Amino acid sequence: MIDGVKALVLLCVVAVLQTAAFSDVQILGGTPDVVLVVLIGVALLRGPVTGALAGFLAGLVLDVATLDTPGVTSLLLVLVGYWVGRYGETFAHDRQPGATLAVVAMTVVYAIAALALRAVLGESPSPRLVLVDHLFPSLALNALVGVPAFWLCRRIFRPLGGPERYAGSAGGSSSGGETEFVG
Amino acid sequence: MLGLVVLSLALITGYFRESSGGTVHNLQSTGTKVLHPFQVAADQVALPFRDLADWASSLSSARNENRALRTQVDDLRRQLVINQTAAQENTRLRGLLAYVDGPSFPAGYRSVAVTVIARAPSEFDQRITISAGSDSGLRLHDPVVTEEGLVGQVTKVAATAAQVTLVTDGTFAVSVLDLASSATGIVRHGRAGSDTLVLDRVTKDQVVTPGDPVVTAGWRYGNLASLFPRGIPFGTVSSVGQIDTDLYKQIQVQPLVDVSALHSVIVLVKKSVSESATGAAQGAGG
Repeated sequence: MIDGVKALVLLCVVAVLQTAAFSDVQILGGTPDVVLVVLIGVALLRGPVTGALAGFLAGLVLDVATLDTPGVTSLLLVLVGYWVGRYGETFAHDRQPGATLAVVAMTVVYAIAALALRAVLGESPSPRLVLVDHLFPSLALNALVGVPAFWLCRRIFRPLGGPERYAGSAGGSSSGGETEFVG
Repeated sequence: MLGLVVLSLALITGYFRESSGGTVHNLQSTGTKVLHPFQVAADQVALPFRDLADWASSLSSARNENRALRTQVDDLRRQLVINQTAAQENTRLRGLLAYVDGPSFPAGYRSVAVTVIARAPSEFDQRITISAGSDSGLRLHDPVVTEEGLVGQVTKVAATAAQVTLVTDGTFAVSVLDLASSATGIVRHGRAGSDTLVLDRVTKDQVVTPGDPVVTAGWRYGNLASLFPRGIPFGTVSSVGQIDTDLYKQIQVQPLVDVSALHSVIVLVKKSVSESATGAAQGAGG
């Protein structure tokens, strides 16, 4: 419960910092998406339910702060949080290589999903701009930012140990299905 | 998870279906008010780091830039003398003709200097959020500029913040005038998915050359008028071409403002009739 609250507060703070500061950082045409990276860290360490909730709240803060259509970023980040949480439960609960892989994969998936959703909503972002000009630098930046971000997340959210996971599995989905562990 | 997805979709649907005074819009406006102090605080915290980064990046190019700017200053000094002469003559001739003009830039507008407090985290949104809203007199479609030229227009207004759609956004279009040839056209994005700006609707008989300065046209036709006043610098023509099968020239335009490095902008709020009259009287008195 306390971890859940910490995750929500952390994502809110990061979302405000993203709009006010990190979005200004442009290196080789790319911008680090710190919200996405921290969300992946939280979801890997605390599972799909916390990941989805944190993603929803962070998306809502981003949409409100930028006066964008509320719900658009929330929808995308809910899906990211949930899927990364599931991935973390199954394969790479608290390991840096797994986190980096998740960051790289989700940066690409997020860009494509956002492009598709915006197109459905009648906006016309440039696919070339998003998928060619900005994606690769953003990918590299997110992977770089992912290292300290995941370290920070591990400091804030103690990784669940083996016994805790087994305890969660033994109780079925007693903690919201977050501690299912295979292998 | 499913509940959150449904809630997100409900928010999107509700936002599109309701008017600008609806529940979701009001909630967003309240949320913006709540977030505003945090955004300003975060901006202030980031400011020294941003200045340091700007300073470091400018060091490498300072020498070349200095040389280019000195040459430009010499050119502009010569141009200034010519312009001042033309302006004096213009004023005299307008007086003789008792010429009645519409709102012009910058005299017909009150400027509101604002800080950029938020920028969308992705490249999808060529939009920024600024630190003033309807409480400061900002209205929908107000032009937004910097000292270099046109930045965009206000597309959403909350009480203490507003959203500005930048000239680089795919939905943006503005009627412009080529100062060298007097050709008029519309600057907008090229074909769907392209990120270049094109000057469209310029007929082939017009002589447009690369390097021509382009400013907003500020047309008026009956009750219809451009959202932007005449004379706001927009950019320069970067390339010109034409093909036999096309009715119009193919012209690309490079905006003057680097929208990726905006920290503060100026919103032009149209003066009321009384304000304009007072300004004109003061101008005449001075």
